[in-house]
Amino acid sequence: MSRPVRILQLYPRDMNIYGDWGNTLVLKQRLAWHGYDPEVLDYNPGDAFPDDVDLIVGGGGQDSGQIVIVDDLQKLGPRLHDLAEADVPMLLVCGLYQLFGHHFDTVDGRRLPGIGLLDVHTVGGTTRLIGNITTRHPDVGDLVGYENHSGKTYLGAGAQPLATVVQGAGNNGEDNTEGARHRNVLGTYLHGSVLPKNPRLADRLLAQAVDNRYGEFSPGAVDDRYADQARRVAMSRPR
Amino acid sequence: MPVTTVLGKVVRRAALARGGGSAFPGLFVERLDPSYVRRVLATLPRGVVVVSGTNGKTTTTKIVVDLLESQGLRVFTNRTGSNFVRGVAAALLGAVDVRGHLPADIAVLELDEAHAVHFVKEIAPRYCLLLNVMRDQLDRFGEIDHTARMLQSIARATTEAVVVNRDDPRLGAQVFAEGITGPTLRSYGTSAALSASFPSDDNLYGGSEGAPHPAPATYVDDTQLDSVEGDRAEISYAGGSHSAHLMLTGVYNVLNATAAIALTRAVLGGDLREPQMLEALSKVRPAFGRGETLQIDGQTCAMVLVKNPAGFRLALSSYDPADTATMIAINDNYADGRDMSWLWDVDFASLRAGGVTTVAGVRAYDMALRLRYDDVPVGVVTPDPERAVEEFLRSTTGQDKRIYCTYTAMLAIRKVLGTKGALDKVVA
Repeated sequence: MSRPVRILQLYPRDMNIYGDWGNTLVLKQRLAWHGYDPEVLDYNPGDAFPDDVDLIVGGGGQDSGQIVIVDDLQKLGPRLHDLAEADVPMLLVCGLYQLFGHHFDTVDGRRLPGIGLLDVHTVGGTTRLIGNITTRHPDVGDLVGYENHSGKTYLGAGAQPLATVVQGAGNNGEDNTEGARHRNVLGTYLHGSVLPKNPRLADRLLAQAVDNRYGEFSPGAVDDRYADQARRVAMSRPR
Repeated sequence: MPVTTVLGKVVRRAALARGGGSAFPGLFVERLDPSYVRRVLATLPRGVVVVSGTNGKTTTTKIVVDLLESQGLRVFTNRTGSNFVRGVAAALLGAVDVRGHLPADIAVLELDEAHAVHFVKEIAPRYCLLLNVMRDQLDRFGEIDHTARMLQSIARATTEAVVVNRDDPRLGAQVFAEGITGPTLRSYGTSAALSASFPSDDNLYGGSEGAPHPAPATYVDDTQLDSVEGDRAEISYAGGSHSAHLMLTGVYNVLNATAAIALTRAVLGGDLREPQMLEALSKVRPAFGRGETLQIDGQTCAMVLVKNPAGFRLALSSYDPADTATMIAINDNYADGRDMSWLWDVDFASLRAGGVTTVAGVRAYDMALRLRYDDVPVGVVTPDPERAVEEFLRSTTGQDKRIYCTYTAMLAIRKVLGTKGALDKVVA
């Protein structure tokens, strides 16, 4: 019996700066290991947005990449809001995390409009927040990764942080928060990529996506020994 | 100048005696006499060549030096691989005589993008060779558009000729050329038939097809790699096609050789003695740790340095894994880059059939995890590269071997191979 699950990569051409493919690959492989049939779709500016989408992933970009997609994303905004309210899980890393907020004010004084799905806004900074990072998620435990961003993101009253910082800078290096969430939409600065070394977070996204479509999720047994050891090493490395 | 030279040489000798690296004597000179490097290099009759870009600097610099020497030039270079300004200062201390005289006609310096930007403010190069802009060490440089701007500022500071890779979407762009008004612009690249072997950064990341394109009209000269078959390459320039045998392995090294020819032609102009250049090209050996092939107990063991996703992908597409035992060693020390994200931008499917015998390095488990998600079977996983390579050699007796490794892992592995006497027997 075929049980397809459709993963949509948002703007892979322009917003895929460093390691973002890892998140897609992890979702795809784990779906297969759990006994489902993953389909990966790409959406680039000007494409027709597909009807059936179970899970959305988006990555980071250069400033030039953000400028290319920002208008297209505005057109997509209402559609993405509808999907979010229908509990479709989404994972946005770095650049798209910023543009899922209200706006991103660049260092040279331009304001890039976001779609306001997350109640956050971002201000371009002059120093990059870079290095190994460990944070604590209320449900899945420690999230480990690598952060590399100059934008500083601030949470509004309607956003929950995804995690709290244990070691590293996080959203802005000031308030100890990392990432943001609204329903099943998660924004984060952890790349590294975030999902390979945080398989419990990956499975949470998958469980929601599969549950939305089939009314239940029955996980298979996945061997995460390498991930466990890679996490331990990452947490012990210098920033 | 003599005072700085003598003091610097004393410090250098002391540092060498203590087994130290090359940077400290350079730092000493930099502090004592900040304009020392500029003054010494200013005495060179043919000036300074800067080689920069993301991938292939060390190998290309080595080829350029050999080709220029084939033309009878005395060449000073920063051979130690220490490519910071103070690394150049340290290399100078080893080369000058006690009166501070540098017995050379021209200097060929490998400089990392960020350091080159500062270097060219002090010392305007007469020539520069710009190789490519790939995603590498974004923890240092932020984004690749920024890296391209750094290379452009090197080109702007150059006085005579700039040689760029026209197939690189950023370096070969009209906008890049427009920003360079002083020096003559020259280019190198590949034929359309070879474009698939040289994906640009944009190709690697699903971007638009960067088919080879002619250089912008303002470029006065072009050197093109037409074809590669086995150890023979066809390279054309000035309206003629030339055949060369190479000891270098990996198609990207043949492109580096093409770049070196373009640069040599720019420096020599009408004085170029072509047979000598092609003869020298056929004898160039790979640089330290970059595609060196050693002989161990009757089998070959190839070392392939990998530093970024583009380099790793090009290496995997260059070498056939069949009948070869594979080891991968990944460290995340400062010199390697701390960010492991890049491993997820490399496609390891070509290793699926044969698997990877040994995975080593500080980030061995990150690497093993990456391979697991590409369904590549993994044998031993162990963080210590030195112990890992011992075990790898033991467990693969009778097989040819290939070791992909990051910079500091390469140093550790080379140490072990050195104790086996293998390093004296570089075969290619």
